[in-house]
Amino acid sequence: MASARRSLNVVGKPLPRVDAWGKATGRTRYADDLSLPRMLYGRLLLSTQPHALIKRIDVSRALELEGVVAVITGRDVPVRYGIMPVGQDETALAVDKVRYAGEPVAAVAALDEDTAEEALSLIEVEYEPLRPIMSIEEALRLPEPRIHDYVPAGNIHRLASLEFGDVAQGFAEADYVREDLFFFQGNTHLPMEQHSALAYWDPAEGKLTLWSSTQTPHYVQRALAKALELPENRVRVIATPVGGGFGGKSDPFHHEICAAKLSMLTGRPVKITLTREEVFYAHRGRHPELMWVRTGVKRDGRITAMEFQAFLDGGAYSSYGPATTYYAGTFQTITYRIPHYRFQAVRVFTNKPPCGPKRGHGTPQPRYALEVHLDKLAHDLGLDPVELRLRNLTGPNEVTVNWLHITSNGLRQCIERIVEASGWREKRGRLPYGRGIGFAVSAYMCGAGLPIYYNDMPHSEVQVKVDRSGNVTAYSMAIDIGQGSDTVIATVVAEVLGLYPEDIRLVTADTDLTPIDLGSYSSRVTMMVGNAAYEAAMKARQLIFRAAARELGVPVRRLEARDRTVFDRRDPSRALPFAEAARLAEARFGLISTIGSYRPPQRLGTYKGSGVGPSPAYSYSACAVEVQCDPETGEVKVEKVWLAHDIGRPINPILVEGQIEGSVYMALGEVLMEEQAFRKGQHRAPSMLDYKSPTIKEMPPVVSILVETDEPRGPFGAKEVGQGPLLCVIPAVANAVYDALGVRIDETPITPEKVLKALDEKAKGGPGRVGPERKPDFAFREPTRVERPPGWPHYRPHEEG
Amino acid sequence: MPKRLINLTVNGEAYEVAVEPWWSLLYTVREELGLTGSKEGCGTGDCGACSMLVDGRLVTSCIMLAVEADGCQVTTIEGLATDGNLHPVQQAFVEKGAVQCGYCIPGMVMAAYDLLRRNPNPTLEEVRLGLAGNLCRCTGYAKIYEAVLAAAERMRGD
Repeated sequence: MASARRSLNVVGKPLPRVDAWGKATGRTRYADDLSLPRMLYGRLLLSTQPHALIKRIDVSRALELEGVVAVITGRDVPVRYGIMPVGQDETALAVDKVRYAGEPVAAVAALDEDTAEEALSLIEVEYEPLRPIMSIEEALRLPEPRIHDYVPAGNIHRLASLEFGDVAQGFAEADYVREDLFFFQGNTHLPMEQHSALAYWDPAEGKLTLWSSTQTPHYVQRALAKALELPENRVRVIATPVGGGFGGKSDPFHHEICAAKLSMLTGRPVKITLTREEVFYAHRGRHPELMWVRTGVKRDGRITAMEFQAFLDGGAYSSYGPATTYYAGTFQTITYRIPHYRFQAVRVFTNKPPCGPKRGHGTPQPRYALEVHLDKLAHDLGLDPVELRLRNLTGPNEVTVNWLHITSNGLRQCIERIVEASGWREKRGRLPYGRGIGFAVSAYMCGAGLPIYYNDMPHSEVQVKVDRSGNVTAYSMAIDIGQGSDTVIATVVAEVLGLYPEDIRLVTADTDLTPIDLGSYSSRVTMMVGNAAYEAAMKARQLIFRAAARELGVPVRRLEARDRTVFDRRDPSRALPFAEAARLAEARFGLISTIGSYRPPQRLGTYKGSGVGPSPAYSYSACAVEVQCDPETGEVKVEKVWLAHDIGRPINPILVEGQIEGSVYMALGEVLMEEQAFRKGQHRAPSMLDYKSPTIKEMPPVVSILVETDEPRGPFGAKEVGQGPLLCVIPAVANAVYDALGVRIDETPITPEKVLKALDEKAKGGPGRVGPERKPDFAFREPTRVERPPGWPHYRPHEEG
Repeated sequence: MPKRLINLTVNGEAYEVAVEPWWSLLYTVREELGLTGSKEGCGTGDCGACSMLVDGRLVTSCIMLAVEADGCQVTTIEGLATDGNLHPVQQAFVEKGAVQCGYCIPGMVMAAYDLLRRNPNPTLEEVRLGLAGNLCRCTGYAKIYEAVLAAAERMRGD
């Protein structure tokens, strides 16, 4: 790939995204923009209770209302489903019991929205309230009442307990040990688009079609088939352009199944669009997480051992929780060499909307804890926090203590660039009181190495078809959620065939028409779809080159494709327009239709839990944040953010910058203001006005620095950028507040109230800290001992064949 | 209660529409006129995705009643591009990478269009103030204000 790189034509160029025109003119059709003849409007009735038995539901008055066509309750859709095979604990409507306020209990289809709305008010539900369990501490303390009875005990959903190496030995080698407690508050994706689904059951074909704003059409297809007891090949899911996902549209949802069921019952298309309030209940956002970390170091700052414990508030259902539980402890090791590492986590059920994957899936919380903890350790040791990190970094071509295979690794370059650009050495500890600078690093995967459900098939397949007009179409199930997957596919295919991204027609995200892609989650699309697209396009090019070579009388190896032309590299006057070459190829070989398939490399670890964390490659980030804090009001204003990201190589640098800026923005919201918080069992602020998120006025300038490491497994050397850059921003802000005011806010969000409380406490001679005071009294099971890779950290895996 | 007949001129075309008195202008334009470019992000006037111009005034159309717009000139996102040519604001959004998921963009473009009509030479702070009523969750706003400043420059012809 390196030699091909010299002549790259569209990869790496700041071209406009292929879907920008439609989006800038309002022509792009999102799910709620669709309608079909005789379509009905569906609405969901929500539980008012956080935890209660349903004693009675009476829908008769609703059914009598003129214009109401159908009403369903939990009894009509009783089959359990869930995104993960081990978490089949949801039903489309609550059956016998509600587990959070806002959980759907009935659904209505009516001729118009007004009637559907009115019908909801006519449904009578009688609840027998149960004690709601609203916090991690309550869930651990109270085995009764149980939110689910399928788990072995109490309200404990999942457990993880692993030890790599020998932690006791590691701590015995330490000169200094420090431990800290942190709390990361839950927050939600708040996509601009409210979830929406339009279902149509065609009785003639016996087939269901669902248009939905989903990040995972393949998994929704499977869940619909299960919940509605249909064969999978009778369910077609078409993901519409997603108006913001961030992980929040990665689960199968109630409204999708209810719209489908109502369509099957009425024989008419049914659309359900969630209200903004309902989007807060659909959630699947950031887990509130209490974390304890203890690290042993040598005098010079080298880590000898680390213990990390996490207590996750999962909300009322499983969702991706089994994976999230492991993500609490998996990626600490890809930034730092930790010779002996113990990780333990517990995810509990509470009576709140289910938590799941939000940008960074389960890793922003531990990254926040780890990076603030290391900042404190550096201060204890009298070391520059950057220096402490430099002494512990992982390198390229390394296997971590928990068996994750790092290929390219640009973390050191990221750090060096940030130190330089931000003026770190001149600023840290030297800015006037109230002003401060903070630093942190992070890393993320380029796609989960394992699919959600076990299978040995490819994770991504792309088909490329070249027709006799010279038109090129790429087929892929990838769904553009704003991250730019359409542009990535078009750019990769165009590069290989010597065309431009706008020349490539795309057919995407349709389970009937497109070959598999597992979905837009885990930052997998550029890596996996990009590689599949590259392979498919290369095969098409080979056929076209063979036909052109014969016509031009030159060997295939001398041909090149560029500017819509196929030509002889040695004598560029020997050339054919691409369309002509395509016609010759079709005449000789028949239909030019080629395929590419991608499956991630085998994981190295074989222990239980080793399925979470492996990835073809890891991206790295480092950032510095400068803040101005007002000690009178407690307000923290972010003045500037410098963020360096190891992108491998950018497919499109404008899109890469956009992902960095968007990640910084979302991180600032999480660290300074956003809270999915509850009071008396109810969501405290289920509206865009009350759920505070940053506006354009709060957004500071961001200096984006791209570090290129040419990832050998990435398409054209590329790695992910959608999630990784978010992670380091949150702890960097916390560390900057400390540099500015000398107080530690060990709990997100860092609100003015907490800053003032810490300052007040410090003024009274206290440590000047706000955060959790004690670790819950919970006995983790003895960890499973896992051998370190032999010769760690110098272990090298066998080269791939 | 019978529906009310109102007259709207939307993007230069005259419509007579029967509306319920509680229907919002957004709902009416999307559902009755089929112009789905304007988006609902909240339904409570908080996010700006439904921004349109009514008699030259920028409104959040999800909280304006359709009957209040009776007899008014309405401009929606569909009315900006003419003869297949993007408006300079749209052109700048496309070129500067200000679009990601795109859901806030119709409202964002309308707010920027309105701002530049009133103030052809805004400072960065004035752009921030002009767009403060429009939420975007994807971009971090940087490429959006860069696009608005670039559009202003192009429209002034400097």
